[in-house]
Parts: sequence; C-alpha cells; structure tokens
Amino acid sequence: MKNIFKIAVLGVLGLFIQSCGNDESSGEKSGAITSNAAERVYVAPGEHDEYYAFLSGGYSGNLTVYGLPSGRMLKEIPVFSQFPTNGYGYSEETVPMLNTSFGFVPWGDSHHPDISQTEGELDGRWIFINENNTPRIARISLETFETEEIIEIPHSAGNHSSSFITENTEYVVAGTRFSVPYPQEDMAIDQMKGNFKGPLTFIAVGEDGRMNIDFQLKMPGFNYDLSHPGRGDSHGWFFFTTYNTEEAHTMQEVNASQNDKDFIAAVNWKKIQEYVENGGGEEIAAEYAHNVFDHSTQAATTTMKNKVLTVDPREVEGAVYFMPTPKSPHGCDVDPSGEYIVGNGKLSTDLTVHSFSKMLKAIENKDFDGDAYGIPILNFDSTLAGTVKEGGLGPLHTEFDGKGNAYTTFFISSEVVKWKLGTWEVLDRQPSYYSVGHLMIPGGNSREPYGKYMISMNKITKDRYLPTGPELEHSAQLYDISGEKMELLLDFPTHGEPHYAAGIPAEKIKSQSKKIYRLDENEHEYAATSESETKMERDGNEVHVYMTTVRSHFSPDNLEGIKVGDKVFFHVTNLEQDFDVPHGFAMIGANTSELLIMPGQTKTITWEPKKEGVWPFYCTDFCSALHQEMQGYVRVSGQNSNVPLKWTLDDEEIN
Amino acid sequence: MKKSGILMIIGSALLLGLFIYPLWNIQLEAPQYPDPLGMNIYINGIQGEEEFDIQNIDGINHYIGMKKIPTPAEMWEFNTFPIVIGGMAALGALLGILGFFRIIHPNWFLGWLILMTFLGILGMMDFNNWLTDYGTDLDPKAIMKLTDSEGNPLSYKPPLLGSQKILNFTAHSYPRAGAYLMFVGMLLTLVAWWIGKKANETMAK
Repeated sequence: MKNIFKIAVLGVLGLFIQSCGNDESSGEKSGAITSNAAERVYVAPGEHDEYYAFLSGGYSGNLTVYGLPSGRMLKEIPVFSQFPTNGYGYSEETVPMLNTSFGFVPWGDSHHPDISQTEGELDGRWIFINENNTPRIARISLETFETEEIIEIPHSAGNHSSSFITENTEYVVAGTRFSVPYPQEDMAIDQMKGNFKGPLTFIAVGEDGRMNIDFQLKMPGFNYDLSHPGRGDSHGWFFFTTYNTEEAHTMQEVNASQNDKDFIAAVNWKKIQEYVENGGGEEIAAEYAHNVFDHSTQAATTTMKNKVLTVDPREVEGAVYFMPTPKSPHGCDVDPSGEYIVGNGKLSTDLTVHSFSKMLKAIENKDFDGDAYGIPILNFDSTLAGTVKEGGLGPLHTEFDGKGNAYTTFFISSEVVKWKLGTWEVLDRQPSYYSVGHLMIPGGNSREPYGKYMISMNKITKDRYLPTGPELEHSAQLYDISGEKMELLLDFPTHGEPHYAAGIPAEKIKSQSKKIYRLDENEHEYAATSESETKMERDGNEVHVYMTTVRSHFSPDNLEGIKVGDKVFFHVTNLEQDFDVPHGFAMIGANTSELLIMPGQTKTITWEPKKEGVWPFYCTDFCSALHQEMQGYVRVSGQNSNVPLKWTLDDEEIN
Repeated sequence: MKKSGILMIIGSALLLGLFIYPLWNIQLEAPQYPDPLGMNIYINGIQGEEEFDIQNIDGINHYIGMKKIPTPAEMWEFNTFPIVIGGMAALGALLGILGFFRIIHPNWFLGWLILMTFLGILGMMDFNNWLTDYGTDLDPKAIMKLTDSEGNPLSYKPPLLGSQKILNFTAHSYPRAGAYLMFVGMLLTLVAWWIGKKANETMAK
C-alpha cells in the first residue's frame, strides 16, 4: 500500500516537472540526466581522466586542477595567495613570488587561465593566469604544476581583460578594467572623464617562457573588460570589449549603463610591435616587480623594474579601431577560424557578432562614424556579421566546439545556449544551476577545440549539494556536447570562485609531468645533499641549520646551542628520489607555516624561539610506517647562555 | 674440423656478452610500486633497473635490517668474475683456433665445456650463498623483527630462480640476456665438439 502511494506521488511529481519543462524539450524534462550519465563520467579506480581542466580560484588566488569527465580535484596550485598547505608564500624560497611594488601581498584574485599555444593549438608548455586586484600575470609550468614566474603590471588597475595568449604565444595581454590616471597622480575623482586612461599591456613571452613587458598601449579611460586574440587570418589582431564608455566615476551600475552601445577595441598588435621595434613609443617611469622561480637554485628572486614603454595608439597609423557593440559587452570571444568576433552584451538579450573580413573592408573604405579620443569608430552595420536573436538574458561568455557551433552562457536566465555560426540560429538550450558565469570547452579558445565536453561554472549553488552553512562552494556542471543536444552529465563543487578555465587532453601533457626533482641538480645555496653534509652555522643571532629528511628520520635530530632571540633558518632537503614521497617539517610555535618538501628539493622556514626549553619538530607528511618516529628536538637556552652549537644523529656528531 | 673450430670460437666469444648485458635480474613488486623496483646483476656490479631503484630498495630494506646492495668494491666476486669469464672466453677461442688448424683433438672442446660448467655451478652456488647471507644476516637493531609461525626470524632471501612472496613484496628472480648468451655459447661448444668428433671419425675411415 505504502509503495503504491509512493509511486503515485512520484508520478504526479513527474507530470508536474514535465509541465514545467522548456518548450525546447522533446518530451523529456529539461536538464534531465541521461540514463547512462553515471557510466560516462565514471573513471574506474586506477584509471585516468581524459582531460585536465584548470579552473581559476577567483578569490582563493589559486588555480585548481580537475580531471574530466570525473570532476575530481587533482591539485590546488598556489599562485597569488599564501598557501600554508605546502608553505608557498611562507618559505624563504617562495616569499619573493608575492613581492610587488606595494610590498609583500599575501592574497590575490585569480581569474582567467590560458594555456600556451603553437600555431593556434594548445601546446601544453605553460598555463598563464592573471591577478585582478594588484595587477599581475603568472606563468605556471605544466611539467611541475608550480608557479614559475609572476610579473606585476604597472599603471594598471583591475587587471581583468587578461591573461589571453596569441596563437604562437608571442604575447600575453593584460588590460585595465578600472581606468586610472596614467601615470598615477593626485587628482579629484570627478575629473575622471578624459583624464583617466586604460592602458593595455602586451607582455612578450620568450622561448623559455620568460615574460617581459614589451609595450603599454595608452587607451582612452574606458573599462577594458575581456579580450581574445585573433587567429588564422585575424592573427596579429587583438580584440577587447569595453564598457563604461560613459566614463562614469560613481554609481556605475546606473551611470555606466546609459550608452546604447559600447565598443570592441580592435588592436593590430603586429603593427605596434613593428613600430616599437623601429624605436617607436616613449619610455616612462614605472615601478613593478618581476619574480622568477629558478628550478636549479630552487629559489625565487625579485627584480624591481623602473621603466616601461608606452605607445599612443594615435601615433601608429591603422593600429586601433573601435567597433560599436551593444550593450556593456562582457565576453569577447573569437571563433576557431578567426573570422567571427562575438561581443556578449551583458545588458542586451542579443549577441552581436562582428566579421573580421568585413572589418578590414570597412577600414579600407574608411567607413567611420566619428572617433573617440582620436581613435576611429567603425560604422556598426559595416562590421556586423549577424546577431543571435533572443538567445536569453545576460549573455556573458562564448566558447566553440570546432564543429561550427558556439555555446554562450546567459547569467540572468541561467542557461547555456548552443547556436550556429553563420546562420545565428539557436540550436539548443540547457539550464545551468545557477547563474552561470563562464564556460569552458577544452581548446575552446584556440584553432583546434576538442568538442566533446563543456563545463559551465556557476556563481550560485543554493541547494545543489548538502548545505554547509551560509558559505558554499561554487558548482560546476559537465555537459557532453558531442551530439546535437547538450547532455548534462555531472555536477561537481569547485574551490574558490572559478572565473574561466582551460582544458587540455591528458595525453598531451601527462607524460611530461615531473616525478621528482633530481638531487644531483639541486643547486640550492643551503642544500645538504647527503647526511654527512648536515650541520649548523651561527652568524650573529642567525642560525642556519642544514637538515635532511629520508624515511624516517631527520639529520641532525638533536640540536643544541640555539638561544632565545635567535632567528633560526631550517633548510630542509628531502633526500628521497622516489615518486610521491614528500616529507613535511613543522616546528612548535613557528610564526610561519609548515614545509612540504618534494623529493630532491630544499625548502626553508624561519623560527624565532621565544622560550627556553627543549622543543620538538616533526614530519607532517605520513611518509612510512615509522612516520610517527620521524621527529627531533631543539634545545633552546637563555639569551646569554654559552651552550655551544651541537648537532647529532644517533648521539654521534656529524661532520 | 674447420666448422667445429669456428663454432668453438663463436661459442666461447658469446661469453663476452656478459660484459654488456646483465647476468641476472631481481624485481620487487608491491601495490605501492606499480612500476616494480628492479636490479640488474652484472658480472662486475649491480645496477638499478631505473636510475634510483637501488637507493629505493636500500631504503625499504633498512626497515628489516638488511645490508645495503653492495658496490663493486665491496664484493670480491665483481673483480674476479670478469677475469674468469674473460679468461675462459680467450681460452675457448684459442682452443677453437688450434682445432681449426687440426693441431688439437676436439675432445679439448669438451674439456673446456666441463670446466666452464663446473665454474658456472660454483658461481651459482656463490650467488645463492650471497642471497642467503643478504636475506638472513640482519642488523640486530632492525626496526622490524618479524618471525615465522615457529618463532624463527623470517628470511628475506630472494629466490635463486622464480618468484616468491616476501612480506608485502613479490620478488621475481630470473636470468637476463648475458646469461642466455652464455648458455647458447656453451651449447655451441658442445655442438663444436660433436661435429669435430664426427669429422675426425669420417677422416679416420
């Protein structure tokens, strides 16, 4: 009887849900999970995922690595934020990574990851990501999955239209979302109009990945929101969406939403590159940090730089044009062929698609509707390829599947819409839970997308998972896009707030992933590459401890002669040369963090003992059956004591 | 006799493969070592199959008090074996040449083979003794002291030939290319003796 009642209730519920379905749904309820979805996302124990997905952490400041289709988190890579889990931003070797012209900045807001490319295809060498708050760009190695370099962007603010990469990784760009005086100066805020600028920074990337600011384009003081490079025929151009062309300095939600159209700025960077190579541009004072992590010395260094080359776009013939685009466009996306530039007008219901070839014609015919601060504005109709009508509400971002289709997220109507390039017809729509922001198709912003999966990254979670108090992780959704209709396969929580992601087939980078750091290549200044090299040295009130770890003991493990008021540097080298055998190091009362040291690596933490006594230290990473025994003692004597330095292992002095 | 002399030369020359290829190989397999740890035993020393295998085998073995894998300087065998093998190869080649010019009787070939077999058996016995010592002569301060059901200390001796479970590891011990070349070479010298003997008999008729 009870069962019959249950079935009846379920039946009624089913009818109710069906009747609430979208008009698009062909008899199945919208967002319905296909019957074999579980099989399609199940990665059996010991098997590997098909794709790596790199999701930015937003306010976590980091980059998280997931496997697709399983949605399993594989690693969190610390980039712009201190990370006590492994000591990033606390250890002496990594502290310089977070240096800026404002001093040490322990936190960042990471937004848009982008994988390096060769001839428009993902090459899997590095992944770049921008920091929005204190403008910076980072480069992360895809061999070590560690941050290798961070460069600060001077004269910029709200580094949001970043870090997008040209198709041969010639440049990484960094735009300015909040226009500011350029260079900075003290002025009345209400004097913004005409006086603030929005510099766009072009950072050259060397063969070894090294970043170097090539030039800054001194653009009018609009908000440069997002960008993408041209590809194929449009390679050599860069496109930036703008909003607040009103140049409002207050109550922007209203005052920056008045113009019917804002612009997409089309920048011919090849022309500017040539201009700069021939001595064009003007060197101006700037102050910015360039932080590089060297894998042989295993330490980061900061170089402060004081000059940057600025270019006035009006000085370079044919370098920059504005294409009118409705209305406060957010995402700026270029299709794999490089012909179509999609402007997602976030306050419009339509999507505006510009044609690159029509744009070139319009430039040739001087089809201008006036100018903005001396930069020609192209006639709207002359560059328009087409409009996707009534896609939804609040379009934000578009990705491509390489099969002639585009996928756009609509924030307000909370859905992903599939449409056809060229005919602009809507083919499919699927709800996303809830208020989707970005979406990602692996390779979806390159010439060669891998159009099998798409993930949407949502801003609001509500009831998708077990509640965890007021604060919830954001939800992501995985869709299979290989067929005509998008199929929702999986929900998974994501760490921080993902603003965009990048994906790559695992096969492309899996085999190049490093297993260990070689001890014989360790050139760290304070490395001890064998137990016989371990020692203590005093230099005034600084004590350097050269320490090693191996399953399952420290050398030395008894240390004496340290006094209250000393500054102790523990330089810990992991002697293991076996895959996935890190050791940890933790010292009671240390005001820093723990260390997590990979095989062959040396890392340093400081400790300033404040109390006399005998204080233990231990390994924090369960390394072997004798992990609990992996500990030692430091004797701390009074400030004026004369206990000599003494370091032993098994009661024997090491020398 | 020409054919048999040539075969004798080739057969004994194949011993020289031991200077290039490993004689024996021991692999250790465990759940947390999906890529087994392995060591190749050459006549002049032991090398890891992968670069850091020896270091990692020593690391595991120290828990149960086993000695470190010996370096060439630590075992007289690694100096003696190359001399014995080189000497036997040279002797075999010399006998082959003398046989080729009919200076000696093919029975010398058989004599060489008997000597070589005897030396081989001695070598295997010595290897087995080393394995036994390595697996049972444990550090009295060993971290883990394990006993069998009778209460005797466990032996961690890897098998001389075959596979065997030792605690959480499975040890596989098998000959490698160097050993196979030596066996083929010894077989060829047997054939050389047989052909030479037959040829001599034909001539005598």
